[in-house]
Amino acid sequence: MQGVGAGASAVGILATPEQAQAQGTVKAMGPAAVPVTLTVNGKPMKVNVEPRETLLDTLRGKLDHTGAKRVCDRGTCGACTMIVDNKVQYGCTILAIDAQGRQIQTIESLTANGKVHPIVPAFVENDAQQCGYCTPGFVMAAKGFLDKNPNPTYDQVKEGLGGNLCRCGTYVGVRKAVLEAAKALRGGATAKGATNA
Amino acid sequence: MPNYSWPPMDQRKVMGKAHNRLDGFAKSSGRAKYPSDVNREGMVYGVILTSPHAHCTIKSIDTTAAQKMPGVTAVRVTAPAGTEIQWAGAEIAWVAADTEPHARDAVRAIQVAYNVLPHFVSEEKKSKAGTRAKPAGEQTTGDVDEALKAADGVSEGYYAIPVLTHSCLEPHGQVIEWKGDKMEYWPSSQAVSTVAGDLAQQLKIPASQIHVSMDYMGGGFGSKFPSDIWGAECARLSKDSGGKPVKLFLDRATELTIAGVRPSAYANIKVAGKKDGTITAWQSESWATGGFTGGGMPPIPYIFTGIPNRRLNHAAISTNAGGARAWRAPNHQQACFLTFSAIEDFAAKIKMDPVEVLVKNLGLTARAALYERQIRKAQEMADWKKLWHQRGDSGSGNIKRGLGIALSTWGGAGHPSECRIKINPDGSVELEQGTQDLGVGTRTVVAMVAAESLGLTVPDIKVKIGDNAYPVSGPSGGSTTVGGVSSSTRKAAVNALEQLFLKVAPALNADPAKLEAVGGKIQVKGDPSKSMTWKAACQKLGVSSISETGKNDPKNPMGLNTQGAGGVQIADVSVDVETGVVKMNRVVAVADCGLVINPKTAESQVYGGVIMNICGALMEERVMDETLGRVLNADMEFYKLAGIKDIGEIVVHMDVHPDNDKRGVIGLGEPSAISTIAAISNAVANAIGVRVPRVPLSPDHVLTALYGKNMERSRA
Repeated sequence: MQGVGAGASAVGILATPEQAQAQGTVKAMGPAAVPVTLTVNGKPMKVNVEPRETLLDTLRGKLDHTGAKRVCDRGTCGACTMIVDNKVQYGCTILAIDAQGRQIQTIESLTANGKVHPIVPAFVENDAQQCGYCTPGFVMAAKGFLDKNPNPTYDQVKEGLGGNLCRCGTYVGVRKAVLEAAKALRGGATAKGATNA
Repeated sequence: MPNYSWPPMDQRKVMGKAHNRLDGFAKSSGRAKYPSDVNREGMVYGVILTSPHAHCTIKSIDTTAAQKMPGVTAVRVTAPAGTEIQWAGAEIAWVAADTEPHARDAVRAIQVAYNVLPHFVSEEKKSKAGTRAKPAGEQTTGDVDEALKAADGVSEGYYAIPVLTHSCLEPHGQVIEWKGDKMEYWPSSQAVSTVAGDLAQQLKIPASQIHVSMDYMGGGFGSKFPSDIWGAECARLSKDSGGKPVKLFLDRATELTIAGVRPSAYANIKVAGKKDGTITAWQSESWATGGFTGGGMPPIPYIFTGIPNRRLNHAAISTNAGGARAWRAPNHQQACFLTFSAIEDFAAKIKMDPVEVLVKNLGLTARAALYERQIRKAQEMADWKKLWHQRGDSGSGNIKRGLGIALSTWGGAGHPSECRIKINPDGSVELEQGTQDLGVGTRTVVAMVAAESLGLTVPDIKVKIGDNAYPVSGPSGGSTTVGGVSSSTRKAAVNALEQLFLKVAPALNADPAKLEAVGGKIQVKGDPSKSMTWKAACQKLGVSSISETGKNDPKNPMGLNTQGAGGVQIADVSVDVETGVVKMNRVVAVADCGLVINPKTAESQVYGGVIMNICGALMEERVMDETLGRVLNADMEFYKLAGIKDIGEIVVHMDVHPDNDKRGVIGLGEPSAISTIAAISNAVANAIGVRVPRVPLSPDHVLTALYGKNMERSRA
């Protein structure tokens, strides 16, 4: 499996705090809240976090980046999908303190500075959302997938988006949206409506 | 009285045309703010202490240590010493603290001593239920024994469909800020206009003090009507915390344990009939649970209610488990699965094509002509004549392909709803309605109706919903929303337009009754040369806006909406008889919702209904631990939902037809979510030659049915 389902776990982040400490790469912190700097969508953000706090909870609760949702909170459903150091990750499986020094890209970056990433209008055009709670996770999973697979087949889309769950049943629209976004990205053109935020 | 009728089908400019949902961009960009996204200055977090035992009494509870924990702003107990608890996950105490981890720490510091009592959680074993099974009393019609004797064929089967959870992705909960006599309330709710009244009753305060805001919500499926104890306790935590806003949403395990379930259903059923397919008798002994209070009585025989000889026995079983809530088409999936499995088994018994058995017996249903048209359409779309074969006659390889069919029915008449439309002198139009968009496309639908009625386009309409300050509209349940809100919107728009015509008529030197709004203009009917632009017309209002309301009255919907949808689905599956894995090839869904306002969101609803029930057919099941009495799979890893590659292809045919259109709008969300489970179960039986009695059609259940593993562990 090439897609997100296989990639979206906590691997790649320092395996255990003990190992990290043994390597001397981080100093012991906590248990009380400690100041950290997180690089979110290119911007450094200072925030106090408890060492046990997930990146997802920090983003949602303290930095008001609420696009990523907390659903399963256990690395299963993909509603908190984000891209960390160019890798698709579940925000609920990363501790905020471990995200220091990493490039954290959230759904908010896709419609920042007056620009719209073509995946967003592709989801709108193909009605790839109902209640919409899983949608930001799907959009970020699709971005991570298309970054690595710019010309996917229909079957590859079905594998590649396998790390996200929807309860309303929007998968038919999501499949179409990802293929359409791929086409728009390859053409260098923006999908319909992709110009104004 | 103005003419509120829908414009004729062939003259509609906006309705009936596919339109992107208005909130699609907000949702797909992550900018949409759900209740669980609300962050307020000084907000604290609420966490619940729940019971680890399925049945117990509280011997003692001590919150002294918890109150001294860091960051704690309030601690409350709702199950004091002496309280009897009837299911694991029941709420005992509540903590608010400055951070969620602090609140969890404090919950862990609450000392509770339990007196553990015996529990009962496995209702499938009816013989073990004893006095916890409450028989509903035998219902008989005709002479079943005589009909069974006289029949050419009798099928006999056991069928089982388990308890499911709603698994809303946004958990139940809210943010509440209660300061003095004013409360701001952000619930994840299906009932913007009624949830404040419900909370006010719990808190014994005037509903007028509660302001509800909810622009978006992350799924309800029938489980999010009340304010719930967590609404009341969230409010009290806020008050006890000096008016600080409190965010309290259930964690995932609690969400899957206490926030609502779909009742189970089990039945031993006999179907009898003639060799030409005519069904003459139905006999069923069924039982079900919806938790401690029992509940869950599927209406069987489903749709074929006119079977002349019927004997029904049903029992509701009380279990020590979280209670039932309405689950997208309450009782219908169960009734449909029981009925259409049994009828398909009868068809197999007399070696007849089940499609022809269904058609033969349509006289026993309330909508024979509609179903026949839909069955034939679905049959054609699914290549039924080419792909269907006698049960089990599916070749010698390991992969067996099969087809199955089932029908659905639903009410779906519009709920009470009021809409206000304002036309401003600058030409802008505002639409206000105390309704909610659960993801069905309510926002988009009302904008389309208003645009159609005013001769404008969808972007011309500013839609304001999700606030209890707007005119009252009903809760979104029973697929009643679109019928209700579209009818009230139509009436409000026609009423507002009538006022505009009065202002404009002198300038056009015309009778107001002769005016019409078309293509962004107000013009004289039959003489388009006498016209003015919408903007110019609105300037005639001077400084005063027009504000008119319209109401949908369910007792007199005036032809704008009605009830009684039909639908047919056919499933096409392949089953690997070595592994027991069922693969979806395709589901064909012919769906009826009367008049279709937005085909795009309507189709999405049907996709959703089908997919939700593919989950129910193949993987979903709440599993109880008999020893501990807890839900074993209260998480999203082991409470299985289908992923994007598990659903096969889905082909939707909206039954847009003048005969359906003239009935007006009928709800769609539920009728589309009924027959998939039965159709898939029938397709599997057709493929592998035996009925798999229990859904989900997991490899375990399929292999057990195929190879005769002892099923006694689960039989009554």
